[in-house]
Amino acid sequence: MYDAPASEQKVNQQTTKISARKVQVYYGDTHAIKDVDVDIEDRTVTAFIGPSGCGKSTFLRCLNRMNDTIDVARIEGDILLDGEDIYDKKVDPVQLRAKVGMVFQKPNPFPKSIYDNIAYGPRIHGLAKNKADLDEIVEKSLRRGAIWNEVKDRLHAPGTGLSGGQQQRLCIARAIATEPEVLLMDEPCSALDPIATGQVEELIDELRESYSVVIVTHSMQQAARVSQKTAFFHLGNLVEYGETGQIFTNPVDPRTESYITGRIG
Amino acid sequence: MPIFWLVLIVLAIGAAGYVAGRRRALASAGGDSRHLHSLPSYYGSNVAIKAVVPAFLLMIVWLLVQPLYVSNTVSGMLPQSAIPDNSSRGLVMAEVRRAAEGMNNAVAQGLMSEEFAGNARADVADVTQRLKDAGQIVTSQVTQPILRAAQRYRVMNSTGGQMMTIAVLVLSVLGSLWGLRESQAEYRARNIVERSIRALLVGAASIAVLTTLGIVLSLVFNTVEFFRLYPATDFFFGLNWAPSFSGRGGSSDLGILPLLWGTFYISLVALVVAVPIGLFAAIYLSEYASPRIRSFAKPLLEVLAGIPTIVYGLFALLTVGPLLLGVFGDEGLGIMQAGTAVMTAGLVLGIMLIPFVSSLSDDIINAVPQAMRDGSYGLGATKSETIKQVVLPAALPGIVGAILLAASRAIGETMIVVLGAGAAARLSLNPFEAMTTVTAKIVSQLTGDADFASPEALVAFALGMTLFVITLGLNIFALYIVRKYREQYE
Ligand SMILES: Nc1ncnc2c1ncn2[C@@H]1O[C@H](COP(=O)(O)OP(=O)(O)OP(=O)(O)O)[C@@H](O)[C@H]1O
Ligand SMILES: [Mg+2]
Repeated sequence: MYDAPASEQKVNQQTTKISARKVQVYYGDTHAIKDVDVDIEDRTVTAFIGPSGCGKSTFLRCLNRMNDTIDVARIEGDILLDGEDIYDKKVDPVQLRAKVGMVFQKPNPFPKSIYDNIAYGPRIHGLAKNKADLDEIVEKSLRRGAIWNEVKDRLHAPGTGLSGGQQQRLCIARAIATEPEVLLMDEPCSALDPIATGQVEELIDELRESYSVVIVTHSMQQAARVSQKTAFFHLGNLVEYGETGQIFTNPVDPRTESYITGRIG
Repeated sequence: MPIFWLVLIVLAIGAAGYVAGRRRALASAGGDSRHLHSLPSYYGSNVAIKAVVPAFLLMIVWLLVQPLYVSNTVSGMLPQSAIPDNSSRGLVMAEVRRAAEGMNNAVAQGLMSEEFAGNARADVADVTQRLKDAGQIVTSQVTQPILRAAQRYRVMNSTGGQMMTIAVLVLSVLGSLWGLRESQAEYRARNIVERSIRALLVGAASIAVLTTLGIVLSLVFNTVEFFRLYPATDFFFGLNWAPSFSGRGGSSDLGILPLLWGTFYISLVALVVAVPIGLFAAIYLSEYASPRIRSFAKPLLEVLAGIPTIVYGLFALLTVGPLLLGVFGDEGLGIMQAGTAVMTAGLVLGIMLIPFVSSLSDDIINAVPQAMRDGSYGLGATKSETIKQVVLPAALPGIVGAILLAASRAIGETMIVVLGAGAAARLSLNPFEAMTTVTAKIVSQLTGDADFASPEALVAFALGMTLFVITLGLNIFALYIVRKYREQYE
């Protein structure tokens, strides 16, 4: 179990982006997340792994308050972003989500043109001064989302007309177009072929220069390739959290070991 | 034998056939139902179907054909001299039928003996007097030929009835015997029953379709008849609506444009009221309202849809009209002459359409996937931004479809405009003036005492046809749009 000593926490103060303490999530009577403590560092890729239904998506959604949209969901504990409690009454979830972007497990492009899908965020946050500015943001985001070459000739075709993998990359591009500080990605590569997966992983690596990225994945290889920190969830508990290399080569908890070896074989 | 008893007997034969068929099939398999091709009840049903269905079909056909046949024969019997100059064969036949009916009733009351009613040499005056005594309505026009014809009519009808009873019963018994003969283990009773069920369903569907076809055809024939009496160009392009009921034909102006304008204007006012309110209510209910509010507000809105339109009409006439008159009438702004006006009818019609628009839109907004909203919230959009920029555009085709359906209801609505809009056909822009609609004029053209063969009455069919074509077009267009929208998410 990851338990940072007090002295180490002080050292990490500048680099800790999100810090969660004693987080509980309930869906009605279901206790989906139990007592989770986690520090997510700035300019780092953190991977969440664990069997299906263990609460990875649920915890991810706590980090930008997307669980607010689910009536039955109830959250306890503290989650601090840059030292500020994001569940504080003063915090506007809308502003929070502009800072903490999200790519969903299932691709969900808007029924608008590819261009408008990307321009959506910049428009509502007023990030572009003029049309040329916006065009530039759109192009840059699509390039970073590794989809520019495929759509540059049909920017005004509907985004829903793309293939599943293309839609997912469109959603990634849409999320980074708003320039978030933290990007939460829920299985972003589950619908992608190896080439696109490689491109997205490259993007994640690139994003690490300036942002903090949290990625949920079922692929151990992917977690090992892209992340510096890994958290293993099991039945709503955070079983183990630490350096990716250490988790994969020398896990402390037997559950982690059996999960990793079971998957990798 | 009364039809009711006949039906009961045939059903009883069918029921008996069911039991016997079932038993016989089981017996043929040595009492073990596993050796049967179908379940025992299928054999029973097979017998029952064969006993009941052909018998009932024969009965229905007989009941339809017999009156025609009898009327034709009796009508052929009437000599030309029995038909007065200012009358027609049809009117005389009505007289014959009435006399026959009178005699039937008199015999049933015991005031007239069967022999007397059938007596070929009976005196007209005597019969008439006895019928009058029996309280039957008899006109003075009962003459000797009519009396003879009426007597013949009675005889033919009663023998026809007896023959039918016998034929139906024989057919039913034959059918059940046939079914029983088939009730053997290897007989495929299930397939027969399946096919009969199919035939029943096809029959029900074709009745619905044929009725529609019949309605359309009757509209078409009468419309064609109208255009033979009145020029089509005058009807479609005439700017004046002034039917005259006194002088037959010629002097009437039957231009549809003022009526279409009234229909259009009132519908427009109604939609201006109903669309924003209905749509906003739908957005509130589907996006903002808590489940608790939603669970009682939605049914409440739907109750509004269940109010009969005549009640809305009363509301227009007695409440909204006087209210508007108080504000815009002579005491107020002075631009409204009477309570009945485009505004009155339009407002009330709009209120009627609110639940229609809101409940359709609500369903459509709910069909927009939650993932779409999540995507927008995840980018830091507010609730209203999400609704305005993602939910509504995604639901737009469906909402347009809902609005078109509402428009076609507004165009076809009658009671509210009859009571609320006034009766004057007018081409005017002032919404506080009385105007009238196509539907209201159909009512007034047919409820007068006009001759149904005159253009003033037949115009109702041409109006109805026009309305039908317009609403049909709108409905098809709306359904097309709604369907296109559905495909997006399926
Ligand atoms: N909206 C919801 N309402 C009720 N229960 C929910 C809801 N969403 C998730 N849960 C429950 O919470 C638990 C965790 O779900 P979650 O989606 O977080 O799992 P996950 O780790 O993301 O799984 P996967 O790898 O399959 O995506 C599950 O038991 C699930 O049934
Ligand atoms: Mg998940």
